[in-house]
Amino acid sequence: MISYLEFEKPVAQLEARIAELRSAAEGDDVDISAELRRLERKSADLLASTYAALTPWQKTQVARHPARPHFRDLVHHAFDEFIPLGGDRYYGEDEAILGGFARLGGRRVMLIGHEKGNDTESRLRHNFGMGKPEGYRKAIRLMEMAGRFGLPVVTLVDTSGAFPGVEAEERGQAEAIARSTEACLALPVPMVATIVGEGGSGGAVALASAERVLMFEHAIYSVISPEGCASILWRTAEKAPDAAEAMKVTAQHLEKLGVIDRIVPEPVGGAHRDPATAAGSLAQAIGEELDALAGRSADELRRAREERFLRIGGA
Amino acid sequence: MNWFTRVRNSLPFVAKRSTEETLWVKCPGCSEMLFTREYEENLRVCPRCGHHGRIGADERLRQLLDEGYEVLPQPEVAEDPLKFRDSKKYTDRLKQARAKNPHRDAFTVGSGAIEGHPAVVGVQDFGFMGGSMGMAVGTAFCQGAQRALTRKCAYIVATAAGGARMQEGILSLMQMPKATVMTRRLKEAGLPYIVLLTDPTTGGVTASYAMLGDVHIAEPGALIGFAGQRVIQDTIREKLPEGFQRAEYLHKHGMVDMVVGRHELRGTLASLLDYLQPRAAA
Ligand SMILES: [Zn+2]
Repeated sequence: MISYLEFEKPVAQLEARIAELRSAAEGDDVDISAELRRLERKSADLLASTYAALTPWQKTQVARHPARPHFRDLVHHAFDEFIPLGGDRYYGEDEAILGGFARLGGRRVMLIGHEKGNDTESRLRHNFGMGKPEGYRKAIRLMEMAGRFGLPVVTLVDTSGAFPGVEAEERGQAEAIARSTEACLALPVPMVATIVGEGGSGGAVALASAERVLMFEHAIYSVISPEGCASILWRTAEKAPDAAEAMKVTAQHLEKLGVIDRIVPEPVGGAHRDPATAAGSLAQAIGEELDALAGRSADELRRAREERFLRIGGA
Repeated sequence: MNWFTRVRNSLPFVAKRSTEETLWVKCPGCSEMLFTREYEENLRVCPRCGHHGRIGADERLRQLLDEGYEVLPQPEVAEDPLKFRDSKKYTDRLKQARAKNPHRDAFTVGSGAIEGHPAVVGVQDFGFMGGSMGMAVGTAFCQGAQRALTRKCAYIVATAAGGARMQEGILSLMQMPKATVMTRRLKEAGLPYIVLLTDPTTGGVTASYAMLGDVHIAEPGALIGFAGQRVIQDTIREKLPEGFQRAEYLHKHGMVDMVVGRHELRGTLASLLDYLQPRAAA
């Protein structure tokens, strides 16, 4: 069952009406197929037009949709194999950030990303996708290994931000994020990052400092959450829709600003309506990007990565 | 407009304060009333409780560098590319900040020497929009690093930031990897990079160039952290430990090498630079 967002109410009503007609028609002689077809077309059109004109705040809702496919869902649909690797070798295993060897088409890669979880139990286990220092240090370990074995690095970014907690601070959350960003920039192998849901601040950058940065059509990427920005600048979190608008958090805006390179299309109505199709588009896009980067030297790759960030604001 | 008002208006950072206020200053640490002149002569360290007051870029450069250093012009960057507006326009906030500060943004670079050791010093000024990191700060940081690379000398950065320059949105976030490109280049060139963490250093600055130094020095009592204390408190719903996110706490947890009082900073930096000498190209 789909859980509808506030702005999807008209679609929800139509879809409910369709379901009602369908069940009423069962075992009945009255032919309602014409009416059903009319309603279905209307509903599909409405969904398409709604999603073609989402506001930044509405996209924020879609990016955070509880049924949105997360790391494990995308890996399941898009990759042929995933061998998870655990632990940072210093402190522990952080399941907010998953990583390991993976196969995409015929390509062997190192796959790393945030996992938010899909139900209460898994959300707690994955800490809602909020990484701790050990998670970022595991990412560093895997990136360094990828560099040594010539495996391209693919990341799927989906976090509201790094975990804000006493112990995370004590173990060096800031240092871990800084080092993870540094590890991205140092990679001698291709790196392709995709913001698949929420790209929240430093916790996202730590896995997204790549030479090719992709974004799902309805994902968001921002320096602070719209709520956080609103509560500081507008002095109330209720102004989050305004903050989302002002900060230009959408893939469409960020492509214009030159911060991302490519938008990966989502099925009509968002990735949560059809995770398999969404994952298919993702696999296609990442595969093409990896193929385009194949054969480049370590220096070329690092130079390209450096240039994309140095040019922002000039240097 | 007569000559005097013109001059005064062109020096907008000279605050118009009454004699009473100028003469005395209240210590933010112990609330003691201190003679402003004595407080300033004591490097804005309270003689009673040792509280380290916040200082601007020019004063910091004067305190750290030998006489005769050069101040680099701050870079011109795209201004307000997002056309950002909350209750005020970002361009108006910038204007306001510039009227109260001798510089056009929050990061200033001085190039000179510390007790004879060649050094480039970058200073982030909390007094300019909370030291927030936007394109001007990131770009100035990179120019300082570039100057150190050209001079083949040490780069020392005094950090201070309440957070990101939200008005520049994602472009402010992109300054994190951008600055990191330059810390990597310093490392590759075998040049020392020293971070001086001052009050407060938080958010994205901490999670990038503030934590990537060869040596980390913190000023006593400085607030240093990634997440804001209120955010953490809302998450864990517990009282924060005593001294949490303060310089001494970070030292205890292994994130900074030393906590050094302002009077000893110059000398400490000079001794460190004596060890961290760039190696001649092989
Ligand atoms: Zn005092």
